[in-house]
Amino acid sequence: MSEIANSIFSPATAARFDHLVTLYPVKRSALVPMLLYAQDEVGYVSDAVVTEIAQRLDLMELDVRNVLSYYSMLRTKPAGKYNVQVCTNISCMLRGGYEILDHCKHKLGIGHKEVTADGTFSLEEVECIGACCWAPAMQVNYDFHDNLTTVKVDEIIETYRAGKGKDVK
Amino acid sequence: MPTLVSHPDEVKVISRRFGQGAADIDKYLELDGYKAVQKAIAQGENMAAWIIDTMKASGLRGRGGAGFPTGMKWSFVPKQSEKPKYVLVNGDESEPGTCKDHVIFLHDPHAVIEGTMIAGLAIGAKMGFIYLRGEYRYLLKIVEKAVADAYARGFLGKNIFGSGLDFDIVTQTGAGAYEVGEESALMESLEGKRGVPRIKPPFPAVVGLYGGPTVINNAETIASAPHILLMGGEAYAKIGSERNGGTRLFGISGHVERPGVYELPMGYNLKKAIYDVAGGIKDGKKLKAVVPGGSSCPVLLPEEIDVGLDFDQMGKAGTMLGSGGIVVLDETVSIVEFALRTIAFYQHESCGWCIPCREGTDWIKKTLTRVYNGGGSKKDVANVQYLAENMMGRTFCPLGDAAAMPTLGFVKKFRKEFEDYIEGHKAGTPIITVEQLVGAH
Ligand SMILES: Cc1cc2nc3c(=O)[nH]c(=O)nc-3n(C[C@H](O)[C@H](O)[C@H](O)COP(=O)(O)O)c2cc1C
Ligand code: SF4
Ligand code: FES
Repeated sequence: MSEIANSIFSPATAARFDHLVTLYPVKRSALVPMLLYAQDEVGYVSDAVVTEIAQRLDLMELDVRNVLSYYSMLRTKPAGKYNVQVCTNISCMLRGGYEILDHCKHKLGIGHKEVTADGTFSLEEVECIGACCWAPAMQVNYDFHDNLTTVKVDEIIETYRAGKGKDVK
Repeated sequence: MPTLVSHPDEVKVISRRFGQGAADIDKYLELDGYKAVQKAIAQGENMAAWIIDTMKASGLRGRGGAGFPTGMKWSFVPKQSEKPKYVLVNGDESEPGTCKDHVIFLHDPHAVIEGTMIAGLAIGAKMGFIYLRGEYRYLLKIVEKAVADAYARGFLGKNIFGSGLDFDIVTQTGAGAYEVGEESALMESLEGKRGVPRIKPPFPAVVGLYGGPTVINNAETIASAPHILLMGGEAYAKIGSERNGGTRLFGISGHVERPGVYELPMGYNLKKAIYDVAGGIKDGKKLKAVVPGGSSCPVLLPEEIDVGLDFDQMGKAGTMLGSGGIVVLDETVSIVEFALRTIAFYQHESCGWCIPCREGTDWIKKTLTRVYNGGGSKKDVANVQYLAENMMGRTFCPLGDAAAMPTLGFVKKFRKEFEDYIEGHKAGTPIITVEQLVGAH
C-alpha cells in the first residue's frame, strides 16, 4: 500500500517509490531516481509530479524544482513517445554525428527539442552518451543505437513508427 | 549494442570475462566469481590490512582520471568513526571519448559488485552505492539484476560469506549532468541535491556521504580489485610500467579503422595503440592529432605520440592519461571546429558556481564561434588563450581546468591553423550556427 492515499502514479510505481525511500539513510536520496521514474510514467515532470514527490520526501516543492532544473534529462514539458537523442560530441562528430542529426531533422521534420505533430517522436541533440567507440550513436528513450548510418537511422525510425521498437524504460 | 573487439597485444585482466555471459551469476561463479572476496575474508582479523596492502602492492591508480593510488586512498579512511562509512562507485562516465565503464557494466557487473564489497571490507563500510549516469538506464537494469541475484544467493546482506559482517548495495542513476562525475558533486547528487561540488577540505575519506567517511572510486578501479586480490598485488604490478600497475581499458575512437575498448598494459605505446591495435587511420588518411585521455586532455601532434600510456609518461609529454579515452583525428578535421565543439561541451556542463569557469567557458565559446563563422580576428586567438590561462587553477572544482587545458593545447599547437582560418575565411560564409553546434541542453 502506498503511503500516499491518492497517488497520481500507477500502483506499481507508487509501490516502487515506497520501497525506494527505505533504501537510503536519508529519504531525500531517492529524489533524482524518483523524478526520472515519474517522468518515464507521466512523460514529463508535471506540477502534480513535483507536488507528490515533495510530499513523499518531506521536501518543499521549491527543493524539488531546484534539483529538477539542474539535470538535463529531466523535462517539464512532454516529449514524443520516442525521444530520439543524437550525440554530436567529439567522437560522434568525427564519424558523422552531425549528418545523423541533420538526417533526423529532415526525416522527422522537427528540430532540437521539438515534437512531431502526432506526438510519436521528439528530437534532441545531446552531449556524449558513453558510446564513443561505437560512434556515431543515438539513444531512443533508453535504448542505444550505434555505428549509425543514415540508412540504419531510417530503419530504426521505421521500426519505432511501426510500434515494433524495443521500448526500454 | 556495443561490439567487442580484440587484439593479440591485449592483456585481459578486467576484460577476461567479457563476452562470456558473466552477467549471469552462475557463469560469473564459474569464472572465479566471488572468490576474491572470500579470499579476503579468509584472512581473518588481518583482512582489512591485507586488502589494502595488496592494493598498494598492485600499483593500481584510479581509473577515473586523476590517477590517485587506490590502496593509499583506502588507507586514508579513519578506522574509528562515529558515523557509518560508505563506498561510492562512480559510474557516471561522462567525459567525451570515454565508454569503458559502459562495457564493464554490460559484460561483468558482478565484478563491480564484488569490488564494492572488497572496498567496503577494506575500510569497514557496511553499505555501498553504485551510481550510473542517467543515460545508462539499460545498464542499470543489468546491474540491478546482478545485485538482486547476489542477494538471492546470500552474498550480499547479512553475514556475508560467514564473515559476521553485513554489506548492502544500492544502485541508482543520475539524470544527465557531467559535473556529477566530480566526486563531491556525485555525493551531493546521491543525497538528492543539485550536482554542485563541495568545498574541500574536508575530503570524502573523512567527511563524505551523509557526513560519514567515504571511499569514491571509478567503476573500472573497483572492478579491478577482485582480479588484483586473486592474482596478487605484485603480479598485477608487474604487468604495467613503473609506478603504474596493471592494465587499463582504453577506448579508441574517432578516425581509426577498428575503434573499440581494448585492455592494454599500462605504459603501452600510444602510437602502437593507434596503428596496430586500432588498425591505423581510417581509409588510409593521414593522422592530424590525438586527444589522448578524454576531451579534457591537451592534444598531441603526430610527432608526439611515440609515448607510453601511463600517468607519468603522459604527464611528461605535456598531457594526461585522464579517463583513457583516446580520440584520433585525421587530416580532414578542422581544429577550429573541434576546439569549438570541445569548449561548447564544457560551457554547457559548467555548474555555474564559480565565475572563471562559468564566464570563461562562455567567452571562449563565443569567441571561437565568431572565429568559426568567419568573423574572427587574429586577436581572438590571443584572447582565447588569455581566457583559458586565467581559468587554470582558479576554480572550485577541476571542471574549469578540464575546459581550459584542451583549449590551451589547441591554440598553442595549432595557432597557425587558427590564424590561417581567420585570414582565409571570407567573412559571412555560413557554415553552421552556434545553435546547431551547441543545441544540446
Ligand atoms: C568535472 C569532472 C567530472 C568527472 N567525471 C568522472 C566520471 O564520470 N567518472 C569517474 O570515475 N570519475 C570522474 N571524475 C573524477 C572523480 O572526481 C574522482 O576523481 C574519481 O571518481 C575517483 O576515482 P578513482 O580514484 O578510482 O579514479 C570527474 C572529475 C571531474 C572534475
Ligand atoms: S569549476 Fe565550473 S563546474 Fe566546477 S564548481 Fe566551478 S563553475 Fe562549477
Ligand atoms: S562522443 Fe558521442 S557517445 Fe561519446
